[in-house]
Formats: sequence, structure tokens, C-alpha cells
Amino acid sequence: MTIPEPTLQAIGLTLQLATLTTLLLLVLALPLAWWLARTASRWRPVVSAVVTLPLVLPPSVLGFYLLVAMGPNGPLGQLTLALGWGLLSFSFTGLLIGSIIYSLPFAVQPLQHAFEAMGRRPMEVAATLRASPLDAFFSVALPQARGGLVTAAILSFAHTVGEFGVVLMIGGNIPGKTSVVSTEIYGHVEAMEYGQAHALAAGMLVFSFVVLLGLALLRRGGARVLP
Amino acid sequence: MSAAFSLDFKLPRADFELQIKLDLPASGVTVLYGASGSGKTSVLRCVAGLERARQARLVVAGEVWQDDASGVYLPTHRRPLGYVFQEASLLDHLDVRGNLHYGLRRGGGAAAQQTLNAAVALLGIDHLLARQPAQLSGGERQRVAIARALALQPRLLLLDEPLAALDQARRQEVLPWLETLRSELQIPMLYVTHSADELARLADHLVVLGHGRVLAAGPVQQVLAAIDSPVVVGEDAGALLQGRVVERSAEWHLARVAFDGGALWLRDSGLALGLSVRLRVLARDVSLTLDEPRDTSIQNHLSCVVEQIADDAHPSQALLRLRCGSAVLLARTTRRALHNLGLQPGSAAWAQVKSVALVQ
Repeated sequence: MTIPEPTLQAIGLTLQLATLTTLLLLVLALPLAWWLARTASRWRPVVSAVVTLPLVLPPSVLGFYLLVAMGPNGPLGQLTLALGWGLLSFSFTGLLIGSIIYSLPFAVQPLQHAFEAMGRRPMEVAATLRASPLDAFFSVALPQARGGLVTAAILSFAHTVGEFGVVLMIGGNIPGKTSVVSTEIYGHVEAMEYGQAHALAAGMLVFSFVVLLGLALLRRGGARVLP
Repeated sequence: MSAAFSLDFKLPRADFELQIKLDLPASGVTVLYGASGSGKTSVLRCVAGLERARQARLVVAGEVWQDDASGVYLPTHRRPLGYVFQEASLLDHLDVRGNLHYGLRRGGGAAAQQTLNAAVALLGIDHLLARQPAQLSGGERQRVAIARALALQPRLLLLDEPLAALDQARRQEVLPWLETLRSELQIPMLYVTHSADELARLADHLVVLGHGRVLAAGPVQQVLAAIDSPVVVGEDAGALLQGRVVERSAEWHLARVAFDGGALWLRDSGLALGLSVRLRVLARDVSLTLDEPRDTSIQNHLSCVVEQIADDAHPSQALLRLRCGSAVLLARTTRRALHNLGLQPGSAAWAQVKSVALVQ
């Protein structure tokens, strides 16, 4: 059986989106999680709530507001138009931004818990051993929170692969551009192509199971802190 | 010399404000002693820069670490100190060798490797280098932590109750290493403890803290022998004597320890002749006679002069400071006995010492 071109494209795009989202998320989530784990600021609860929001909001709500913001009359859209980048809605970049926001709690929370579990002592020890705060972050905090880091990466990747509502709202299921596996399945079902929908859906099921199994094994193997 | 090491700072805390002003000797072990909650660990953390004191001026080995008046503040990693935490503080993602090298890679001097080797030998941890922290006993972990701090050739070694998290057996295992440190190294140490035993064994200089204030400070023998505001360390007020083993009696299983002012017999626990030891004599174990006692079961008598008489906790009793040569003893008697014997400051008397404890 040969796999049809649109399906291949959708799988490729899904992997590309998930990889980029995960990488960018980690860069963004590391300082954010560190700040949340350590700060005594009165803004902490507010920031914490905002970061957690995508966890409880229906993806369509998130997608809707992002679409409005990226549209020609939205603040983000006006900015990108002014910069000569065109509009982000219905583009891969727009999809990427949506994915990052949508999966933010999945990256921040494991890291934040890992940093909190570590306590302040290791950083103090590093300071008394002549390590500057930045040096200590990379040589002590990151290695000690590696369990949380791995969990954050896996969950971000898997969650991005599994997203649907945001993608549909922002991306609009354009083949080769914004059509990913989950929206492709939707398309097949709409077109009554149950066989193709089955193949992709089963693939997603197996993928998700393997990811969660891997996480469980990792946790048993001593990696710390899952949400 | 005292100007080389001074602290002066304030630190507001939940229940009181810490106010510390101290000039400390630039060598030897200074013990910060006080009940839990007296602020002693906070003092250490402020010296290390782990907490930021206010209106502070902090000078160590002639170098200004913090001076808020002129805006000087060295962050912890720029302060040439060594810090030993109370509980396990080894970085658990590194093995013992990794822990020892962590600081060395960042701030070791030219002779760093040599210093590390010396510290490893001094603390007897060369057989542990390839182990993970989780595979070490509590005592071994603290020895590694001490070696790790020493390897950086610190100008000042800060120890925050390094034995408190250990059980009695482990404590006895680590204490001798600390005594070795004290006698072998020239690094001044600031040692926080609430253990009378550690104080008696290690302190050269004593700072007593209570509710964030310095209650007493000075050479340990002097502070312990001050009777107007007696510092009760352990079960009772008492004096600390520094002496040397000069005789061992195989027949009676006793050893004689001489100090400037006399000598005392005590149980021979296998001390080597010539060994320098510390003795602790509690005030309640010292009684007084006017003539040299004879025909008494108490074997230790010392000729002395009453130097000072002060009130004790109960009005029936008095606390006396006695001078024997350059040494000082404390004695507790009833007011009635003082009256009957006619003892006053300046009187000559004999001190009968009923019990002596060897602390080292």
C-alpha cells in the first residue's frame, strides 16, 4: 500500500511543528519555570495562572483569540503587516506560535516542579564553590532537574502532535502548509474516507501510547517529577 | 590583628532583629554558640553572602566583603570562603571526585591540585573518590564536604553545625578530623554549634548569641570563666583548662595532666604522654578549704586565690572565680560556707576538684 502524498505531507508537517515547538518551548519555559520556582514576587500567582490557562481553556477559545490577534485588525497582525511579514494566520509560523502557547503549561510545570523539588541548597552550595548564578544554573540546576527537562520535552512534543482545535482555528487545514495529522484525520472523516482516517488515527494511538509508556519507564528509572 | 576580621551588621528576622558587632581573631576556631533560634546560622549566612545583611560592614583577612556605606558587596561566589552546610550538601549529580573538582575548576589557585590532595589525605577520603554521594554514610559525606571547601584554599572556613545531622557515633567519627583541621591548618574558622561538647573540644574563641545579640565574646577560657554573666554550656557553668599529659600511673589507671597552676589526676583513657588536652571542670564539682586538705578521698587539690564572688541562680549560693597560676576555675558554694570560712576576693584557699572531664 502506498501512502498518499497529502498524508505524508501531514505527517512531515506534524513532526516539524512538534520539534520546533518543543525546542522553542524549552528555551522559553526554562527561565519562566525557574522564575516561578524561585520568586517571591506578588506577580507570581498571576503569571502562574496565565501559564496554566491553556490547560483548561477549550483549544477553540485559544485558537479564536489567536486568530483575531493575528488577523489584519488584531494587534499582532498589524505589527506583522507593519513589519512587512504579511499575516501569520493560516501560516506555519502562526501555527507554531499557537502551538507554543497551547503547550506552554506542559513544558513549564514539570520544570517548575523539578526546580522546586531541588530546593535552594544546591545553588547555594555552587555559589560557595565559586560558581556565578548563570554558571550554577547550567552546571547544577539543569543537571539536577534533568528528569523534569526530559518530561517537559516529551510532553510538549506529544501534546503538539495531538493538538487539533488551535491548529484548525489558526491554520485552517491547508495541505502542505498547515494541515497536520489530527486535522487530516478530521478531513478524511468529513469526506467519509474511514479507511484512511483509521490508519492515521491508529498511528496516533500507538504513538501516544508509546510516549506515555516511555515516560512511565523513565519515571520508574529514577527520572524525577512528572506533573 | 583583630581589625583584619570584623563583622558589623543588622538583619531583620521574623521575631527579632539580628544585631551583630564583632572583632574576631584572624586565626583559630571561633565558635558561635547559642540556642536554636538565636540567629547564629543567620550570622554565618550573612558572612557568606547567602543572605544579605543591612547596614553591614564585613571585613575578612583585611579585605572588604561588604560595606553598605560605600556600596561594596561581593556576591557569594566572589568571596574566598569555604562553607560546610549542616546537612548533606554534596551535589548529587556528581560523584565524590566531581564534587571535589567542582569548585577547583572555578576558583582553585595555582597549587589547587596539591591543596586538594592534601585535603583528601587530611580527611581520609581517598578511597571514596569514585563513589556517588548516595553511597556514602553521613559522616563520610561531611568529610567530603569539608575537603571540598578546603580545596579552594579559603581565607575563612564557615561551618554551620556540621555534625548536627549526624548520630552520636558518626559525630565521634568526624570530630577528630575537625580537631586535626584545627591543629594543622592556619585557616580561621567560624563554627556554629549548640553542642557543648563540640564547643569544649574545638573553640579557641567563643561568641555567645541570644536573640540576635552578642551576649559574650572572647577567648573561650575567659568567656567560660566569667561569673557575673555566666555562660552555661551544657549541664552547668564550668571552666576549661588546657594542659598536657605528664604522667601515667599503670598501677592506678590514672593520668596526670599539668597546666600552669597545678595538675589534676584523671582516669587514664590511654592518652599519650606529652599530649595536649582540654579538661572541663564544672563549678558544682569544686569545693573549697582554707588549709590543704589531707585524709580526704578527693585526690585533686589546687592552691588558689579567690578572684571574684558573684550571685548564683539561688540566693543561698554563690559562684566563685578562682585563680590557680594562669588558669581559672569556677566553684559553687553556699553563702553560709563563704561566711563561715571568711572568704573574700583576695583570700587564699584550696580548691578540691571532685570530678574532671576530658574533652579532648
